[in-house]
Amino acid sequence: MNTLKKELKENIIETLNLEEFTPQDIADDDALFGDGLGLDSIDALELIVLLDKDYGIKLKDPEESKAIFESVNVLAAYIEKNRIK
Amino acid sequence: MGKVILNGSVYFEADSETFEDFLKVFYKQENLKYPKFFKMDTLSKLAFLGSEMLLKNNARAPEANQHSALLFSNRSSSLETDRKHQKSIAEGAKRFPSPALFVYTLPNIGMGEVAIRHKMQTENAFFVFPEFNAVFLHEYSTAILKNKKCKEVLCSWVEVDKDKRHGFFYLVAGDGDMLHSTNIINELYTQRT
Repeated sequence: MNTLKKELKENIIETLNLEEFTPQDIADDDALFGDGLGLDSIDALELIVLLDKDYGIKLKDPEESKAIFESVNVLAAYIEKNRIK
Repeated sequence: MGKVILNGSVYFEADSETFEDFLKVFYKQENLKYPKFFKMDTLSKLAFLGSEMLLKNNARAPEANQHSALLFSNRSSSLETDRKHQKSIAEGAKRFPSPALFVYTLPNIGMGEVAIRHKMQTENAFFVFPEFNAVFLHEYSTAILKNKKCKEVLCSWVEVDKDKRHGFFYLVAGDGDMLHSTNIINELYTQRT
């Protein structure tokens, strides 16, 4: 799980061009949206694409996405449970 | 070698491997603290940085920018980003188009970034011409100033395509120090390098 969380932080930084962040700057329970990393709706779409591309997970329900993208902890747990690659 | 010229003098220059690297180095040098910069495409980054050079002037009243209109133009629209997006959707079953890339497949998005940053609710328009068009920029900015749609107009030619990467920005005010004429605009544009 820790490897997955590290991989996720690296992917989030690269995919969302968060050039001023390092994986160490993102705590496992930091909020990804709102006051946390300050991601926006386009970032949310990029994360949906990332889940599909890297883990074969297709999200269709926006409400579900909102809950899954709460933090790296929540996201990693969801991926661990639902990944097909 | 990339170069920023402000009011006729070299303001910044750097040897960077790519134009994108140059823009990034300049952004950091200016200490602009706007993380969204890194998400922009090259055209928007150039539009953003060029605008900042004129709008961040400390001598300006903080609310001055909110009353400024934006009048931008170029030759290649957002073609470079359009090509990247086209490539990303043309890779068959493996395609994963990037929403963040798609957002920038319009040239006026860079102008929107400037408007958001400075809370502008004034007129903004982006025009595509075969070449730099001082006559149009002059007439359009004069008209919106006369009609009191704004107090200033930030005009620009901002071009990004293949080996053509440059921006030219100037601010027109109703009560500026320099004569606003097509000849002067053309003269400034020609002198920009």
